[in-house]
Amino acid sequence: MPDYSYPPMENRRVIGKRITRLDGVEKAAGKAKYNSDVRPKGTIHAVGVFSPHAHARVKSVDTSAAEKAPGFAAVSVVAKPGAEVNWAGQEIAFIAADTEERARDAASLVKVEYEVLPHLVREENLAKAGVRGKPAGEQVTGDPDAAFSASGTVSHEAEYGIPVITHCCLEPHGQIVAWDGAANQIKYWPSTQTVSAVGGDLAKQLELPATNIHVHQDHIGGGFGSKFQSDVWGAEAARLSKKAGGKPVKLYLDRREELTIAGVRPSVFGKVKLAANASGELTAWDSTTWMTGGFAGGGLNADLLPYVFRNVANRRINHTAVSTNCGTSRAWRAPNHPQVCYITCAAMEDLAAKMKMDPVEFFLKNVDKTARADTYRGQILKASEMIGWKKNWKPRGSSPGTVKRGLGLAVGTWGGAGHASQCRATINPDGSAVVEIGSQDLGTGTRTIIVQVAAETYGLPMNAITLKLGDNMYPASGASGGSTTVGGVSASTRKATVNALDKLFAAAAPSLGVPADQLEAVDSKIQVKGNPAKSMTWKAACGKLGVSAIVETGANDPRNPMGLTTGGVGGCQMADVSVDIETGVVKLNKIVAVQDIGLVINPKTADSQVYGGIIMGICAALYEERVMDEMTGRFVNADMEFYKLAGAGDIGEIEVQFEITPDNDKRGVIGLGEPATVPTIAAIANAVANAIGVRPPVLPLSAKNVLNALHNTTRRFA
Amino acid sequence: MSSKKKPDQELQAARTSGFSRRGFLGTASATAGAVGGGLLERPAQAAPPAGIMGPGEIEITLTINGKATPVKVEPRTTLLDALRERLEITGAKRVCDRGTCGACTMLVNGKTVYACTALAVDMAGKKIETIESLSAGARPHPIVPAFANHDAQQCGYCTPGMVMASKGLLDQTPNPTYDQVKAGLGGNLCRCGTYVGIRKAVLDAAKELRATGARKNGGSNA
Repeated sequence: MPDYSYPPMENRRVIGKRITRLDGVEKAAGKAKYNSDVRPKGTIHAVGVFSPHAHARVKSVDTSAAEKAPGFAAVSVVAKPGAEVNWAGQEIAFIAADTEERARDAASLVKVEYEVLPHLVREENLAKAGVRGKPAGEQVTGDPDAAFSASGTVSHEAEYGIPVITHCCLEPHGQIVAWDGAANQIKYWPSTQTVSAVGGDLAKQLELPATNIHVHQDHIGGGFGSKFQSDVWGAEAARLSKKAGGKPVKLYLDRREELTIAGVRPSVFGKVKLAANASGELTAWDSTTWMTGGFAGGGLNADLLPYVFRNVANRRINHTAVSTNCGTSRAWRAPNHPQVCYITCAAMEDLAAKMKMDPVEFFLKNVDKTARADTYRGQILKASEMIGWKKNWKPRGSSPGTVKRGLGLAVGTWGGAGHASQCRATINPDGSAVVEIGSQDLGTGTRTIIVQVAAETYGLPMNAITLKLGDNMYPASGASGGSTTVGGVSASTRKATVNALDKLFAAAAPSLGVPADQLEAVDSKIQVKGNPAKSMTWKAACGKLGVSAIVETGANDPRNPMGLTTGGVGGCQMADVSVDIETGVVKLNKIVAVQDIGLVINPKTADSQVYGGIIMGICAALYEERVMDEMTGRFVNADMEFYKLAGAGDIGEIEVQFEITPDNDKRGVIGLGEPATVPTIAAIANAVANAIGVRPPVLPLSAKNVLNALHNTTRRFA
Repeated sequence: MSSKKKPDQELQAARTSGFSRRGFLGTASATAGAVGGGLLERPAQAAPPAGIMGPGEIEITLTINGKATPVKVEPRTTLLDALRERLEITGAKRVCDRGTCGACTMLVNGKTVYACTALAVDMAGKKIETIESLSAGARPHPIVPAFANHDAQQCGYCTPGMVMASKGLLDQTPNPTYDQVKAGLGGNLCRCGTYVGIRKAVLDAAKELRATGARKNGGSNA
């Protein structure tokens, strides 16, 4: 079996270098084509009719007036009479017309009669959920009651909550799709995180063989976990295309729909009691949490509590999932983790404050309750140094004046091992090298790192490699979720290119007069190992192939990644904030992140992943909140004006530290997209509590929530 | 459409000659999609006066990146949709569609405009600069490579708007402070979290532009 391991760090020419992403200029120049930019000849436009009611039964759907509207092309009714709709924004019908404006006109003529039914759209008060709450069984480890009442124990009890937030992808969910009815072939241009699998998902909805669907996507405008499915609108756009004689149909959600129905992150609310002995070692944890993932969305894994500090001897966990008449949750960058991180790290900071302990000291005292004591200890100390904790930290509430400064910390963890991925490497007799992979570049730099790996293997410059991805005709590669892509595609690319290079060595060996295993590929040459004098150019070596190209595949098997990729990282972040107690406005001064990492293919795009994760956390900590109106059952801020995101001036300064060392390098490649976003929320929230002397229990740290905490008017959950 | 003149010329003539009934009607019809038909109720009962646009498609001429470009739009069609859906000029993106996020930022007569909240018919005769103009020449505008070099994009969907907002800022403030950069880009939102690179890229492009300007002027320092 060939040796797939990467060359030693010091010998690498391309891997580990700060390479500018290959599509950087294309994107900055506005030339990158997203599928929402694609416009095949004859494209018509479709829009949807959505339920205005959070819970209703459809009595009738009358499309007759709509069908007479100018430019009308086709209609497809999703919710037939008798159908129950379970959230405002649920799909009723889709209408296609020659232009988008006329499709909207036609859609406005669709008459839908509803029988309105009672709804539940808010979950923060569990008592009001009634039968909509589905409690999981209680889990108990050790004897929490005895631990809480043991002498010398200090305990703290409080409530914490994070509201539902929405992915708010800038490119909305949607697609162009053309269904040639005669040939029964579909061309599908979706906005997707899974080029290799989304065609099969659409095929299932349409009851067609997956092989009849050709998927293509060059760029995607954000997904963050919400773009794995082909969705109702994908299937309906296809049906409209077929009805319209195969014309391509463009159907993208508008902003309100995007925020309302295309994915949200589950909330979490909870009552937490935790205890430590006199020296600050955690002894007991007891939490009763609840959340909603919408009507039938995913849950929250409360078993992750207490987060990171898993080995607390006495623990009681109760958790209830509440079904609400709201848009369904989808995976969100680091599913579960930011929420349980906040609950855990906020409760720990509060207990430390009660015990008059420095939270850094308190966290350090408990690192042996984590799976990576040494890692966290080192990270907490490093982050403390970066933010000047010793100099700048003051006990809770002791910052003077009306603009109060505070520091806070939190820790996180993630897996990030590579997903299943296949890659095909072709070396042509003319010397050209092609890498094909059914993956996608979410903007994380996937294109760039694949080409880096291939160029490293072949000893060629990066521009000698032609990469083809973003199409389901290439070898299947996993969905880009859970920080699994970089590990998966780098491993499959490494294996495919090593396999292809071995074949090239075999072809060149006779001319160089040594066995193939004595050859290496360096500086666009094939040469005898360590002997540049005995060499031939890459091109000349490829010329020895005659008329047959080398075509080799490589696969990453997650069960046996052969050292090329692993998972499991820790991370620590600390935040420095200023809070104006007269206005309640929180200003982020600085965040420092010490991130655990494996083999780094591209430090430049790795930096960007960490920055991006932190900034997403800043948005959630300070601004993001889905506001559901109890009366109408609607998402009232489903736009970008009142659903706030951080801007360029809101993020303070961010300092990132990760260690590119031989020890980390040996771990293989580990994904970085999720771990960096986990601790940010809790670090900022802890800094705010430290600054103002009280805990705003429910996020975001908006002026309203901060002032409520300061004036002790926070509405209790129950 | 009873006017013999091209509607955009008509509209422009009405504008430049100060207030006129025609100009008023032209403007009113152009905004009718947004405010409802109320304003037009009375005139609509009479024979349609000359100069009214729509409600169907009309042909106007937009000056896009220096090129006179005829396009058929409805009066309610936004500048953004006219470019994206009718002219296949797709660099600017439609995201919030309500003048909040800046992904559709263009320069109109040198000022940054959210193209999702400007009507195409109102833009006739004005100088429209889009992201495509920055790489039309032999060398791209320095802001483009600066964004790439500082990895100031991830998914890239906000990027064309960010780049145009940066151009707008640098055109008016060639030597911005760090705080001016933050404020100048305050009308543009990114979801991937690329602001760290963006802020550096804009400062870097400003430096490059000043150096280029200095070279052009024969000076050694800007």
